[in-house]
Amino acid sequence: MQDQAILEIKNVGKVYKSAGKSLAVLKDISFTVNKGSSVAITGASGSGKTTLLGLCAGLDKASSGEVILNNIHLNHLSEDELAATRNQNIGFIFQNFQLMPTLTALENVMVPMELRGEKNIRHAALELLDKVGLADRSHHYPIQLSGGEQQRVSLARAFSNRPAILFADEPTGNLDGETSIKIEKLLFDLNTKAGTTLVIVTHDLELASRTHRIIKLKSGELISDESVAHTQPV
Amino acid sequence: MPNQNKGVSFNWILKMAWRDSRKNRSRLLLFISSIVLGIAALVAVYSFRDNLEKDIDNQAKSLAGADLILDSRKMPEKEMQALLDTLGEERSTERSFASMIYFIKNQGSRLVQVRALEGKYPYYGTLETKPLNAGKDFQNGRTALVDKTLMLQYEANVGDSIKIGALNFKIEGALIEAPGQTGITSSIAPVVYIPLKYLEETGLTKIGSRIQYKYYYKFSRTSIVDQLVKKIEPQLKKADYGYETIASTKENTGRSFRDLSRFLALAGFIALLLGCIGVGSAINVYIKEKLSAIATLRCLGVKAKDAFLIFLVQIFFLGLIGAILGTALGTAVQFILPAVLKDFLPVAITIQLSWPAILQGISLGVIISVLFALPSLLSVRKISPLNALRASYEAPENAVDPLKWLVYGLIVLFIFGFTYLQMNRWTQAIAFTGSIVIAFLLLFAISRLLMWLVRKSIPSSMGYLWRQGFANLYRPQNQTLMLTVSIGLSTAFIGTLFFIQGILIKSVTLSSGKNQPNMVLFDIQSNQEAAVAKLTKDYHLPVMAQVPVVTVRIASINGKSAEDLAKADSLLNAKNGNKEKTETKGPSQSAFRNELRVTFQDTLTSAEKITEGKWEGKVAKPNDPVYVSIEENYAARLGVKIGDKITFDVQGVPISTVVGSFRAVNWNRMQTNFRIVFPTGVLEEAPQFHVLMTHVPNQQVSAKYQGAVVRTFPNVSLIDLGLILKVLDQLLSKIGFVIRFMAAFSMATGWIVLIASVLTSKNQRLKESILLRTLGASRKQILTINALEYLFLGAIASGTGLILALAGSWALAQFSFESAFSPTLLPILLLFVIITLLVTATGVFSSRKVLNRPPLEILREET
Repeated sequence: MQDQAILEIKNVGKVYKSAGKSLAVLKDISFTVNKGSSVAITGASGSGKTTLLGLCAGLDKASSGEVILNNIHLNHLSEDELAATRNQNIGFIFQNFQLMPTLTALENVMVPMELRGEKNIRHAALELLDKVGLADRSHHYPIQLSGGEQQRVSLARAFSNRPAILFADEPTGNLDGETSIKIEKLLFDLNTKAGTTLVIVTHDLELASRTHRIIKLKSGELISDESVAHTQPV
Repeated sequence: MPNQNKGVSFNWILKMAWRDSRKNRSRLLLFISSIVLGIAALVAVYSFRDNLEKDIDNQAKSLAGADLILDSRKMPEKEMQALLDTLGEERSTERSFASMIYFIKNQGSRLVQVRALEGKYPYYGTLETKPLNAGKDFQNGRTALVDKTLMLQYEANVGDSIKIGALNFKIEGALIEAPGQTGITSSIAPVVYIPLKYLEETGLTKIGSRIQYKYYYKFSRTSIVDQLVKKIEPQLKKADYGYETIASTKENTGRSFRDLSRFLALAGFIALLLGCIGVGSAINVYIKEKLSAIATLRCLGVKAKDAFLIFLVQIFFLGLIGAILGTALGTAVQFILPAVLKDFLPVAITIQLSWPAILQGISLGVIISVLFALPSLLSVRKISPLNALRASYEAPENAVDPLKWLVYGLIVLFIFGFTYLQMNRWTQAIAFTGSIVIAFLLLFAISRLLMWLVRKSIPSSMGYLWRQGFANLYRPQNQTLMLTVSIGLSTAFIGTLFFIQGILIKSVTLSSGKNQPNMVLFDIQSNQEAAVAKLTKDYHLPVMAQVPVVTVRIASINGKSAEDLAKADSLLNAKNGNKEKTETKGPSQSAFRNELRVTFQDTLTSAEKITEGKWEGKVAKPNDPVYVSIEENYAARLGVKIGDKITFDVQGVPISTVVGSFRAVNWNRMQTNFRIVFPTGVLEEAPQFHVLMTHVPNQQVSAKYQGAVVRTFPNVSLIDLGLILKVLDQLLSKIGFVIRFMAAFSMATGWIVLIASVLTSKNQRLKESILLRTLGASRKQILTINALEYLFLGAIASGTGLILALAGSWALAQFSFESAFSPTLLPILLLFVIITLLVTATGVFSSRKVLNRPPLEILREET
């Protein structure tokens, strides 16, 4: 399976220094994520989930250990190289949607493609908005959309650069139950169709149970890494 | 490895900058409007300067009125007269001097500048008069041209008579304009033209009268004038004659107006700087608000440099828009400037677009807005993508961002460079830049201290509203620093202008105290001395001083004459290959050039103090050495020391003296002061005139006394301090108007900066106020919290600004004007209250939205 690994985390640790004191947020974490699979990282608040997600996605650098994404050693990259890696390999979904407030829904979806220098992207972006059911809202600004709609735009944006791996940070954390179910379904559907690897950070055990595998963190340490048995394909 | 070559195109950066600006344009325009007025002021001044230079070029001939003008205080000797009679194809002669004129009809008298003219001067331009032909006709009979304002003041009409010296003249016409004359010069010394042929008969040409001899020439071949002047220059120098050609008139007039436009440009630059501080701080808050969007862009793969470029492009274009708006406004304002400066202008101004000024304005606006936004923009590079995951994420602080310090350095360098370009002097540019930096640092330190003090000293027993209001001063995203600096600097600038005007007026008003003389009579001949004193006493006026004045020249210093020194200088120059001037100690040639007016007295006056040597007030025996006392600064200019020997030429008679002492003289006192004072027993028999000083209690006595003096002693002139004060007051109010006009740009900019900064901080305060409203706070409570915050901020900022202004004005009074500085409390208090209330009102006004509408409605709008 090693040749199919898209994300390798080897003995990763993260220490923050504040006011002269060191705080170890992650300690000696190791795991591998294979291409096309879905993984949930769970744990209580303050367990280090989001920090781990940041390291996996090249948003931050590990204090120790190694992070290899799509055969790229992230530790050795400069900030600009990390940015290019993110653009070419990674999609993001955030708990608070993080749409650009000054861009319309369509423009938000187009940004990752524009960054890759792709041409004729308008049609592709509209198609993605159509897939999330917002084709008719393409010219609305985020402020004019509901929370669920904003997260759907965020999903369309995340898939717009056809990422090898998608990181989702509490994707339904800011949504009500009914909307959450719709977003989850959309997320997994798009993921399956695109064949993207999915890494979700969540404390929602129900959402976690829909992935192939659940990694549990506690106080910065990996305490379990279990596969999930599914009666139906996810 | 990721594909590094594939960066985003500049087109995409432009597109993103455009997209991102859409929702913020009105806000960004408000920030940038801070620079509009500063740019407008500068463009107006630059356009005005360019137009004025063009007009001076075009009108130089009518400014001079002749191709060549020669002038001297000495009557020409035979040799010189021969030269004067051979120059040019047409020539005119003028003798001018200060004298009293007496309006016979209403019995008023006034000190004027009498110009006795013969010939067809001006050859270029005209003596503009009413009626039109009076300028030509007045020389035909015993008639005069009288300054039009003077005629208005004394209710004189054409055909009325005036008395000058012993002779009556009929007024032929009102003089509206003469070549090179400005509104200011005519209000200080109004001009009266009379025909030269009647001058002798007035009796005003006796020894003691300070007559200026002027010769105007017209050449058929004007191209030879400069060459000719070069040829005769040594002769002119020897005979103590100065010269003026059209080229030199152009240069001299241009130079003085360059100084004026430099001052105006600096005033405009201060407005621009204030605006830039506003822009810088507003952009700082703007970028902080963009943190999450920038972090998301970084997550999506935008490089730090590209994210920075997006906002740099925004600021560049906004700066450009601000600069274009400012330039357009400035171009319009230049139409007003000639009206503002009309009293100072010697030429008629033609207003037209000045493309260099427009280009300067636009480039300056762009450079300065980008430069001041850069410190905030640079922090975009440091925004971590992790901020998209956690809003509270704080990147490890890099204490020193070298690029930021480089930008701060560039800002200081820019201010210095700009100031140097305006002033052309390193010392002044350093002083100006230094003052701005010091003021900025002081305000910065004070605002920090204030935040620290408030944080430490708010007592927990204080009511909630007060605590909340004060706490807003130091809590995150506070505007304390920015408002203190911007309002403080504007207040300091405006306050300084106000105080300086006060110092100037006060220094003159002080010298008009009850025990101080306020009227000076001069040109009193020795045989009139006793009679004038008697007349003064007859009017129950005190004779406060009677001083003899003798006109002398320096013939030699330590045995060296002007010729010897000139020879020594030329030898020295030859030795140095004329490459550079070697500084030589000892007397300079200039010491011999001018006539000096000296007095003799046996005791020092209260305005004099010996600083070196010993005062000798009397020469007892004819062969005793004559110890003279020299004013210390003049002694330094002459390059003499105690014990040096000076020979004076007292109207043909050489008198040897020894430098006995140096004196410090208080020139601000209303009394006769002299650079050189002789002891008694030497000059008593020399040709001399006398000065008498008295104090007149009021206008009525003054008018009667002046009338009597002029009638009885027509050659005697009077200086009325009351009149001087009035003229000075007029002059200062005219200058004050120009200063206020330029300061208005700073004041308005300060106001815009205030509105921009209050609106910038509004979002943060709005959220808190909504929360408070949601928790049940009343309108009044929220209003009180906001009012207290801005009241305190306004008070501290304006208070600090006024303290800076007081300190600056004190320093200027002490070291520059050498005058006491005692500002009056009321205007200071008034300025303090107005600015504080303005800040409070603006702050409270910005929060009115929260008070009147449901919280949810605002929340939806502001999210």
